[in-house]
Amino acid sequence: MNSLGSIRRSFAPWADPAAKPYISFDGVTKRFGDFTAVNDLSLTIFEREFFALLGASGCGKSTLLRMLAGFEEPSAGRILLDGQDLAGIPPYRRPVNMMFQSYALFPHMTVEQNIAFGLKQDGMPKAQIAERVASMLKLVKLEQFARRKPHQLSGGQRQRVALARSVAKRPKVLLLDEPLGALDKKLREETQFELMDLQQQLGLTFVVVTHDQEEAMTMADRIAIMDKGEVRQVATPAEVYEAPNSRFVADFVGSVNLFEGTVSGNGGNILTIAASDGFEINVENAGAAADGANVWFAIRPEKVRVSSRAPEGSGANVTEGEIWDIAYLGDMTIYHVRLPSGRVVKASQVNAARVIEDALTWHDKAWISFAPDSGVVLTA
Amino acid sequence: MAEVADDTRAQGAAADRREENGLLQTLTSRLVIIIPYVWLLVFFLAPFIIVFKISVSQPTIAMPPYTPTLDPAEGIGGLIEAFGQFSFENYVWLTQDALYINAYLSSVVIAAVSTLLALLVGYPIAYGMARAPASVRPLLLMLVILPFWTSFLIRVYAWIGILKPEGLLNQFLFSLGVIDTPLIILNTNTAIFIGIVYSYLPFMVLPLYATLEKMDFSLIEAAQDLGCTPSGAFWKITVPLSLPGVVAGSMLVFIPAVGEFVIPDLLGGSRTLMIGKTLWNEFFSNRDWPVSSAVAVILLLILVVPIMFFQRAQARAQEEGR
Repeated sequence: MNSLGSIRRSFAPWADPAAKPYISFDGVTKRFGDFTAVNDLSLTIFEREFFALLGASGCGKSTLLRMLAGFEEPSAGRILLDGQDLAGIPPYRRPVNMMFQSYALFPHMTVEQNIAFGLKQDGMPKAQIAERVASMLKLVKLEQFARRKPHQLSGGQRQRVALARSVAKRPKVLLLDEPLGALDKKLREETQFELMDLQQQLGLTFVVVTHDQEEAMTMADRIAIMDKGEVRQVATPAEVYEAPNSRFVADFVGSVNLFEGTVSGNGGNILTIAASDGFEINVENAGAAADGANVWFAIRPEKVRVSSRAPEGSGANVTEGEIWDIAYLGDMTIYHVRLPSGRVVKASQVNAARVIEDALTWHDKAWISFAPDSGVVLTA
Repeated sequence: MAEVADDTRAQGAAADRREENGLLQTLTSRLVIIIPYVWLLVFFLAPFIIVFKISVSQPTIAMPPYTPTLDPAEGIGGLIEAFGQFSFENYVWLTQDALYINAYLSSVVIAAVSTLLALLVGYPIAYGMARAPASVRPLLLMLVILPFWTSFLIRVYAWIGILKPEGLLNQFLFSLGVIDTPLIILNTNTAIFIGIVYSYLPFMVLPLYATLEKMDFSLIEAAQDLGCTPSGAFWKITVPLSLPGVVAGSMLVFIPAVGEFVIPDLLGGSRTLMIGKTLWNEFFSNRDWPVSSAVAVILLLILVVPIMFFQRAQARAQEEGR
């Protein structure tokens, strides 16, 4: 079975028209004075989904999260959680919990007291609190640190305390604001998988805010790409990467080569584009586009082949250039090929063999080529 | 081999140089500590020793109004003789006259009540300042310090004009129709409380502001997120975290308030008993320097002993926290 990207999904309630959304943002706008942080945004999130809000800083993703937590009220529109309108419900009565970017651990309380804090507020019996705290400590593997104060813990341990504290109350939704932002790279990668396991184990709905696309791609079932208070695309990581709906999304997620051109032919399921760089691009299954329309062809660097000899076959999807720069990263090599038009095309190649025959070097003449189904045509 | 030897020698020389640098550094860093201590020694300890010496002397009707005087010209024999005349009679006297004990007690009570009132007034101010937009905080801070630019004495005098029976406050309340007989505030303890709270408020607000401003506001949000009402979050998070500021501010108000003289003298009544006033009377009305010196030494003890206990407790708490 063909699938976009490398993963087949069994969990896809968003594709099921009968599925009821768990959280819905309905035309939500948030203004701070003159500044519009979130602009008429609508979005649905499903139960047990791991949903990521991805965007640069100031795109409104944190504001969206804070509105869900109840720290901000929308200026317009409404937010529904499990069918209930959240308007006017203060943060301390919402069945959601948040893990703060700064962790916000109470410095005057021990790890145990921090985790028990929310349970105490609910008036849970003492024995039950002790039991829940113990199970939470076990879950995040911090049993032997129960009596420590937050400042006696490492960054990774603090992150886990914050996580334990926020899931201790078994919220309907867990909100995570840059949950791994303060960790170093190695720890971040490990923790990503821990978070995914935890979400599976507890069966909670996670909404995570992040500016790190790798983090979003790794963890999330679906990603909402945000920009200037608006959602640009909501899709699975594979769709966002392989089928971006705009130049913004294509450029924001991963690395991309964009060729501008006009549609010059529409034959069968092949769309032909006359690129402004002086070559023809044939795209399979690109969808309809009117002849003469101005479009962009987006292709990821790893789908561009570089060769020192002209590839055989048709004249389309091939052009000649010069090796301008080479970045050797160990697992792969990135070539920057300069076309006669001046455009620099990025092409990456996996170094599957230790010794590469016919290796390219700076200022070599090189051909770039790609398959007709390897890129997408964008009109926006 | 020669190279290796050279290397070691070079390393040795470098170490020597480092040591010299280190020595110089420790010397300068010591100097930085020594200077303030010498200052304290000269301007605090020396006067204290003089006061203490007078407190164990006897009053006479001459200048200085006490005996014995220490005269280095009389040699060691004279000094020993003078030391022999020292006695703690004045201290015994303090315990026998209820006036002094009452004055101490009432000073401590008045200072404690004033400190509590200053805390109640100062906390919301400090909290408001710490939560104000960062751009207006310097302005607010300056407004708190602004009264210091006017003489303390003049500001206390001004309160007489406000509080007296025909003063501004009564006139204002009259015009509103709230009262028909003037409130008697001046020359009562209430006036002293008002005076102390007003005068020492900045000392309460500033340390409170410093701790509250440092506090991460996301802690409050986290508490609310976990089901705590705003007032619950205040008592469970804000108050415990601002305790160091509460203690520091209370100390800064309580300590000078206990020995306060100007405010009880100007605003308080004739029946108001405070140790500062008693001290003044002993010195200038009775001209009994030895007894007033004893009063001053006891006052110091009353203040220093709790401070020492408090500091030890705080150091222990800090160690535990670490």
